[in-house]
Amino acid sequence: MFDISALYEATSVQNAVELMQAHPEAALIAGGSDVLIKIREGKLAGVELISIFKLDELRGVSMDDDGTLRILPLTSFSHITQHPLIQKYYRVLGEAVDQVGGPQLRNIGTIGGNICNGVTSADSGSTQVAYDAMLEILGPNGKRTLSIHDFYKGPGRVALEPAELLTAILIPKESYENCYGYYTKYAMRNALDIATIGCSVNAVLSPDKKTLERVRIGYGVAGPVPLRARGAEAALKGKPVSEETLDIAAKAVQDDVHPRTSWRASEGFRRQIIGETAKRGLRASIERAGGAF
Amino acid sequence: MQKQLIRCNINGKDVEAYVDVRASLTDMLRNDYRLTSVKKGCEVGECGACTVLIDGEAFNSCIYMAVWAEGKHIRTLESLIGPNGELSDIQQAFVDEAAVQCGFCTPGFIMSAVEILESGKEYTRDELKKLLSGHLCRCTGYENILNAVEKTMKKRLGKE
Repeated sequence: MFDISALYEATSVQNAVELMQAHPEAALIAGGSDVLIKIREGKLAGVELISIFKLDELRGVSMDDDGTLRILPLTSFSHITQHPLIQKYYRVLGEAVDQVGGPQLRNIGTIGGNICNGVTSADSGSTQVAYDAMLEILGPNGKRTLSIHDFYKGPGRVALEPAELLTAILIPKESYENCYGYYTKYAMRNALDIATIGCSVNAVLSPDKKTLERVRIGYGVAGPVPLRARGAEAALKGKPVSEETLDIAAKAVQDDVHPRTSWRASEGFRRQIIGETAKRGLRASIERAGGAF
Repeated sequence: MQKQLIRCNINGKDVEAYVDVRASLTDMLRNDYRLTSVKKGCEVGECGACTVLIDGEAFNSCIYMAVWAEGKHIRTLESLIGPNGELSDIQQAFVDEAAVQCGFCTPGFIMSAVEILESGKEYTRDELKKLLSGHLCRCTGYENILNAVEKTMKKRLGKE
C-alpha cells in the first residue's frame, strides 16, 4: 500500500487543472516512477495524489503543419525511442531516454515527468535544452508557451505555477533541421543508474561538410539544472571540422559549467568527463552529419 | 479507505474487484487474486522481481497503481503454465540451464523474457543483456539466465 490520503483521477486535461485548483496541496502523478518512490521512502507521508496517468490525450508524437515536432508529455521513454518521427528527426532524444533506468522503468517513466521534476541528472534534460525545446503549459488562465531555458528554476524547481501542467514539448523545425546530435550518459553502471554527467551535443554543418555552422551543447549534472555551454558554442561556430576543433570544445566548455563534488564524483573528475564527453559527442555529431576527420 | 471497482483482464480472464486506491498492482495481484509469482522485492522499481506484462509491455508492478489497471490486459507467470501444469519452453529452459537458484527473481526475469521472445526478433547477447538489465539476481551471476533466454529465442526462431 502507498501512504496516500486520497487519490483523484483526472478525466481530462481541463479536469486535471480543476483538481489541482480544488486540492492545492496534492501532488501530481504521471508515470509515478519518482512520486511513488518518494512515497515508499516516506517523504510524502499522507499526500493526496492527482493522477493524470489515464489521460491518453497526452500521449504520442506528431508534427504540426509548420514542421514543429510535438511531443506529448505522458509518452513513455520506450515509446519515444520507438517512434518513427523521433527516429527520423530527433534521434538523439530517443537514444538519450533509452538510457534511463532499466527496460521496465522506460515503459512507465514519462518524457514530461523527466523535465517537470526539475532534476539536473534527467537523461532527457540536456538534450531538451540543447534543442531549445518550447513547453506548452495549461493552467487556470489558459495556455502559455515557455522556453525550456526559462523553465528550470533550481534543483527540483520549475516554472509551473499552482494548478499548471505541461501539455506539450515542442521542437521547432529550425532546431532539428539538418541537425545531428549525440548523447553520452556517464555513469558507474550500464543500467539502473543516475548520470554522473550527461552531455548532449548537436551540430549543423555547412553544405560542403567542412565547417561547423552551429553547435549546441547541453549538460546534465554540470550545474544545479540542465544547462547550455554557450561560451563553447560561440567559440565553435564557424570552425573547421578538425581534431583541433574538438580540443577547443573540450577546453571551452570548462568555463560554462559549475559541477560540484558529491558522493558520486568529485568536481575535478566531473570536469574531466565534461571535457571528454564534449569532444566525443561533437565528433559523433559531426560524423552523423556527414563530416569526416 | 477509498475503494474503487477495477475491471481488467488477468491471465486471459475478465475479472473485477473493489480495490483499495492505495494498493500497488503488486498488492492487488497478490492479495486479491493470489498470484504470488509476483514477488515483493525492493518495492521501488529497481529489482524487477514484481515484473508483469501490461498490454504486452513489462512493468514493475510495485510502482504501478492498482487503479491504473482498469481496462488493461495483465499477464503474470501463472499464465505460462499448461492445463496440466506443464512448463512453457522458457520455464523449462530456466530449469535446464540452471538459471534458478533461490528463485525469487525468476518470475520477473521470465516475464521480461516473454516480452522479448514474443517480439519475434533475434537479439545479440549484448542486446539481451540490456533488455534484461531491469532485474537483479544475487545467486546466478546472470550467465545461465542469459543462456536460457538466448537458447529459447533461437529455438523459437528455428535457429537451433
